[in-house]
Amino acid sequence: MNVAAVSWVKLKRLVVTDPDLCVGCMTCMFTCSRRYVDAGLGYTAIYVRSVGGFERGFSVIVCRACKDPSCAKVCPTKALVLRRGGGVILNPNLCIGCGNCKAACPFGAVQWNVYVNKPVICTHCGYCVDYCPFGVLTLEEVDS
Amino acid sequence: MGKPALIDEALGRVLYVDLTRKIYWVKDRSDLFLNFLGGTGVATQLLKEELRQEANPLGPDNVVVMAIGLFTGVYPTASKVVAMFKSPLTGNLGESHAGGRAPIAIRMAGFGAMVIKGASESPVYLSVHDGMAEFKDASALWGVRSSLTVGKVLREREPWPGLRSIMRIGRAGEAMVRYASVILETYRHFGRLGLGAVWGSKKLKAVVIGGKRTVPVADVSKYRKVYKELFDEITKSSIMQKYHDLGTSVNVLPLNKIGALPTRNLTSNLFEGAEEISGEAFAEYSLARRVACAHCPVACIHIAVIRERYPHEKYFFTTRYISYDYEPIYALGSMLGVRDREGLLRLIEEVETVGLDAMSTGIVLAWVTEAFKRGLVGEEETIVRPEWGDWRRYIEMVRYLITQPNNFYRTLALGVREVAVKYGGAEFALTYGGNEMPGYHTGPGAHVGYLIGLRHSHLDNAGYSVDQKYIGKQYPPPQTLVDELVEEESWRQVLSSLVTCFFARGVYKPATVSKALEPLGMKVGEEELKRLGVDIYKEKLKLKIALGYSLDNSELPRRVFETPSPFGRVSEDYVRDALKHYKEKVSRLLST
Repeated sequence: MNVAAVSWVKLKRLVVTDPDLCVGCMTCMFTCSRRYVDAGLGYTAIYVRSVGGFERGFSVIVCRACKDPSCAKVCPTKALVLRRGGGVILNPNLCIGCGNCKAACPFGAVQWNVYVNKPVICTHCGYCVDYCPFGVLTLEEVDS
Repeated sequence: MGKPALIDEALGRVLYVDLTRKIYWVKDRSDLFLNFLGGTGVATQLLKEELRQEANPLGPDNVVVMAIGLFTGVYPTASKVVAMFKSPLTGNLGESHAGGRAPIAIRMAGFGAMVIKGASESPVYLSVHDGMAEFKDASALWGVRSSLTVGKVLREREPWPGLRSIMRIGRAGEAMVRYASVILETYRHFGRLGLGAVWGSKKLKAVVIGGKRTVPVADVSKYRKVYKELFDEITKSSIMQKYHDLGTSVNVLPLNKIGALPTRNLTSNLFEGAEEISGEAFAEYSLARRVACAHCPVACIHIAVIRERYPHEKYFFTTRYISYDYEPIYALGSMLGVRDREGLLRLIEEVETVGLDAMSTGIVLAWVTEAFKRGLVGEEETIVRPEWGDWRRYIEMVRYLITQPNNFYRTLALGVREVAVKYGGAEFALTYGGNEMPGYHTGPGAHVGYLIGLRHSHLDNAGYSVDQKYIGKQYPPPQTLVDELVEEESWRQVLSSLVTCFFARGVYKPATVSKALEPLGMKVGEEELKRLGVDIYKEKLKLKIALGYSLDNSELPRRVFETPSPFGRVSEDYVRDALKHYKEKVSRLLST
């Protein structure tokens, strides 16, 4: 198995503790986008939407850090390699922007960067966690 | 050196839409955003350019501007969009602010403002996305019973779920009730001054706008640093606690306690049912969910649940949701003597369904109830017998405001000023230059503030909070009060240009705003910002006067002076002196 990551780093993944705590403020999305550069939402890996009207609550869609991810399986160029602790890491040099990964993720957790025509892949860095005042998002340690 | 430019050029793009010819075009107006930051500042200029002074508010020549600002999509609580138009309720400048997803959606769609002109012959809705504006037929949506259904239908049809705004009018807007609102997402509004009627007159049923993009900044590391400071301050501040916990309805009990809660058409300043319709009671018995406007971690929107058993089906229930805030609780609750919480929620729901401004509707119904009791109008006019506290009858009357079965309801749809002109009772018609009263009988500051405020909102200059500041202290002389109100309102022009929510005004002080502009490539000092606030204030006042505003024919209704405030009866002499000083002050201001 092609596993990228440094072995001594504690493995973590981003999890949604309870979407019913979410108020739909989108601050996590702005934060994720800001992690690269600039303001706005262009680079966010998180997607929060109402489940059909604000009154019914929100879907908080983040990368599930799958052990056996659909996105990697359908990548024709092996640009998505498995990440220790789950999920994938994007090798942008190999990515041809075909969009198979986005289409294959059953959670819809692969967002798209239209500026470079490549997927936005969650790195499970946890930057967003610090900007959710309601405890919707958390970083969870995972067994290697 | 070239001329200064916006780091985010897309903010300078203004979308012009002509509903008559069904065409649109985009112009670069970076000049306006560089000079006036956005929002109120830019909308004032765009309206000045586009609107003929003598335009009929409900004619095709009225113009609607919606503008966001430099902070939209950039900093937390920059969660408002400013709409400006000629108001069919007051006949002069109309300005209304709304939250929801609209501000972020407009910025993400790649625009800084929209200018809507002309009128369509048949119902249309606008769909703005991916750099284009589509005109879509809305004939089938016209007349749909509930504004919530319209939202639901468009949600399925239009792109950018989660990253868009669905703004629409209800049947009140279609019927051009002068205080019809525009509804955004679920339960946010351009509530005041009749924007819904203006859309209705243009046969504009809805605007759906959305997109996703980055907003470049000049200095990324500085930007992240300032963002974190703002975020920390907002989430740790007391407003966060206050408005997140109970929401704006936190105000019901304190205002009642000090004797400032307008009750039964302001025949009283205390409501015996305040406990039952308090924020505390709603939280305990009805609160279902708290939600936020986009990019606001405060999340003040409180949504209640209505659970109703079907009369003929024992185990069949309907579960519906409706948002509540201080203003609808005041206008449709204490003002109408409604203390039945469930009933109040259903009345709020009806007002939402048809798309009316809750505040104006409450004042109108309160006037009818008093006028009925005094015999100025009878059942022939009102059809139902209004009675304080009887929310079922008020729901029926809300429906008649839309169907307008007789002359009385047709007049009622013009607002409380007009109905009092025709049927009498001006002394208890709670109107300020045509706009109905907000929910604060806190003292002279509130009432003077409503009259001189540039958009007749209780949030203009916060006279109500100035009043509360002086409780238990020596109340200032009229000149000091007016100076304080004008200074505060001038600063608020900066905030409503950026455009931040006024709830976060304690965080966005001049020094902070100046600091937050820097990473966006704008060096503007504190003093310069304050001066800009005064400039925008002046520009807007000039426009408002040009559109017909005059203080000479503004009088406070007698009722205001009869019912005691926390400072006792409001003195007429005090108010007269305050207005006199204001007139002198602005004539000096406008001549400089």
